[in-house]
Amino acid sequence: MDRPKVVEYSKPLCVEDYPCGAFKAGHLVQDNAGWRVFRPVIDQQKCVRCLRCFLVCPDGAIDKSGDRLEIDYGFCKGCGVCAYECKLGAITMVREGDETDAGL
Amino acid sequence: MPGCRIFVSGDEAVAEAVRLARPHVISAYPITPQTVVVERISDFVEDGSLKSEYLHVESEHSAMSAALGAAAVGARTFTATSSQGLLYMAELLPYVSGARFPIVMMNANRTLATPWALLSDHRDSLSQIDSGWIQVYCEDAQEALDMIIQAYRIAEDPRVMAPIMVNLDGFLLTHTYEMVELPGQEEVDAFLPPYRTGNKMDLDDPKTVCYAAMDEYMEFHMKQELDMRKAPAVIAEVDRAFGDRFGRSYGGMVEPYRCEDAEVVLLTLGTVTGTARVVVDAMREEGHRVGLAKLRFMRPFPRQEILEIAGRVKAMGVIDKDISVGYEGIVFTNVNSSVCDLASPPPRINFIGGLGGRNISKGHVRGMFGQLLKLAGGEGMERIQFINVGCEHNG
Amino acid sequence: MATNARELTNTEFLYGHRACAGCGGSLALRLAMKVLGPRTFVAIPANCMSAVSFLYPQISFTTNAMISPFPATGAVLSGIEAGARALGFKDYSVVGFAGDGGTADIGIQALSGAIDRGDRVIYVCYDNEAYMNTGIQKSGLTPFGSRTTTSPAGRNIPGAAGRKKDMFEIVAAHGIEYAATASIGYLEDFLKKIGKAARCRTTSYIHVLSPCATGWGFPVEQTVEMGKEAVDCGLWVLAEYEDEEFVLNRKPKEFSCVGDYLKKQARFKHLKEKEVEFITANRDKKWEKILKNWKA
Repeated sequence: MDRPKVVEYSKPLCVEDYPCGAFKAGHLVQDNAGWRVFRPVIDQQKCVRCLRCFLVCPDGAIDKSGDRLEIDYGFCKGCGVCAYECKLGAITMVREGDETDAGL
Repeated sequence: MPGCRIFVSGDEAVAEAVRLARPHVISAYPITPQTVVVERISDFVEDGSLKSEYLHVESEHSAMSAALGAAAVGARTFTATSSQGLLYMAELLPYVSGARFPIVMMNANRTLATPWALLSDHRDSLSQIDSGWIQVYCEDAQEALDMIIQAYRIAEDPRVMAPIMVNLDGFLLTHTYEMVELPGQEEVDAFLPPYRTGNKMDLDDPKTVCYAAMDEYMEFHMKQELDMRKAPAVIAEVDRAFGDRFGRSYGGMVEPYRCEDAEVVLLTLGTVTGTARVVVDAMREEGHRVGLAKLRFMRPFPRQEILEIAGRVKAMGVIDKDISVGYEGIVFTNVNSSVCDLASPPPRINFIGGLGGRNISKGHVRGMFGQLLKLAGGEGMERIQFINVGCEHNG
Repeated sequence: MATNARELTNTEFLYGHRACAGCGGSLALRLAMKVLGPRTFVAIPANCMSAVSFLYPQISFTTNAMISPFPATGAVLSGIEAGARALGFKDYSVVGFAGDGGTADIGIQALSGAIDRGDRVIYVCYDNEAYMNTGIQKSGLTPFGSRTTTSPAGRNIPGAAGRKKDMFEIVAAHGIEYAATASIGYLEDFLKKIGKAARCRTTSYIHVLSPCATGWGFPVEQTVEMGKEAVDCGLWVLAEYEDEEFVLNRKPKEFSCVGDYLKKQARFKHLKEKEVEFITANRDKKWEKILKNWKA
């Protein structure tokens, strides 16, 4: 998985320690996993790696760096665009907490 | 090029100073009586004596926005405006100061519509004293030239990192010709080093600027205030350093004139100071113990300096070329909030004059001192007095 | 430059933002950034994308980025470019992402000024057809008949009364080097156009239709599909302006039904048959003009 990671942040102890203007780019202190009601699950047997899901994900949560496409569940919001757009039906939306799904 | 003496208007003196300060980016939009500044700078860019990017923007709002964008990548920037133009860019003023960008801007003080008028008063800049900008007011073309150069060094000081508005009275200063000492480029380069900052977007170490801070907004702005409190010391330091190198210094936050043993003191802003100086000299000759204090900065406000003067005098006057309608002059309010800390502050009169460019003559200033001397002698005086009004009023 | 998913970098430059699930605007920005790459300066005025990406200490752009004042995107971009030029930077892009209101309403003056100066900046308008960040108010790009919170559909007025300003033609009228329309329903086309904009030597403009499930009222998973249907029914046109000529990029053999597209969205649910006919007739008039005057 090659996706930006959440880092530890603690508020400065002193007002003077706040930035004088510029602050770090790409600084994530919290994930978005809690937003999700349904989670996309890729059936790797059906997937032909056409990368449609990677292309259409508004959150960029699908990683194509490995042999298999992987979803960053830290930042997937469960919108379902990937599953809707998958021509092969290789992505299923599974309700969070539902343990019956074999893909997990 | 070595230094020399030149005969120029206030606007031209500003343009010359900008050339010497070598900003990377200039955004320009014309407005009377600032226009000569952006015209002369365009001449310098055209003839190659100033190597800056010169942006023809389509409004004052965009003039400051373009300066903001350039400052955001670490460029030294300059822009200039006046009056309605300053108010049109008002959205940008706290934006720039909150982002801690040391932009330098010249403002040609001109009144606000309506009624429309072109001449000078201070209603434009004083309406923006809460914007987080340092505000300096100049008395003559030499001070204007020198303050543009000093402004960059003050603004870019890592202890300060705040934008500066250099104010010149419209026409009275912007269009009046004077002999001015023009420093040499090498001397200015030695006084004003190239701008280096960590407060910028950086290709080698990507950054964000002008971001949102919902939970911690308060801390960011308290930091801005704490840093602004360091500015008076930096202003004094830069004034001394400028004096050491160029032989001219201006007294830092306030320039007192014959205040040592004064019974009454008049506080001024901008060119009216020159008129008041002449009156002080004349009245001193006649044996009156009068003095004046030129407020050079409105933000940060010279509270300490005013307290020191107020503690020694029997009466104090404040000239305001503005009025906060429904209350009093804006300078007066600021002075009052400082002197109320004294155990027994001197009685004070607010002289409101010069609105829309109405003349304040030596005679008027002499009249003000007359009122102050009576007040010092224990007579009751009107607290707010309008100067040189053309007819009676029943207020 | 990448024009398809295979060629696109796996690296994300906009990540961890707080946009609604299935947000079309964030998809447009994310992909544009992947084409432009790490040496990009971004300016975004007040809109959903700035509100969800710059919440200190959570900063979602990994490249240099800033929030610009609402009316000032074009001027801030010019300033960044002028500063970068003056400081001698090499090999970088300057891009702005403004919404429909930020472009066609409050930002149109600064945009016009930037194009007039010809600074080398890319201006992307992501058009979701209303002020979504403040809660779905009518903008100058809200189409006729659309229900918003300031153009309610009642007994007297059927939603927004104006016609959508044609920003593409307004921008082209400046004689800009390159302008294009796009839709997140046709992403490869959008990627290609961002790439072309990045190669311009002066100002370029991309107007990308970016459906908003929240504001338009359709199921979130259909964001990309709605972008496609808008093009297929002929209400949104994919075109370019290049070498001072208009070029039509996609001419559907047969338009899909305008009514079907409209009725899938809550914002148009109230429209009566005669209003749908009016919208369809306007579409036909526009296409007649396009087919007559533009290169195909």
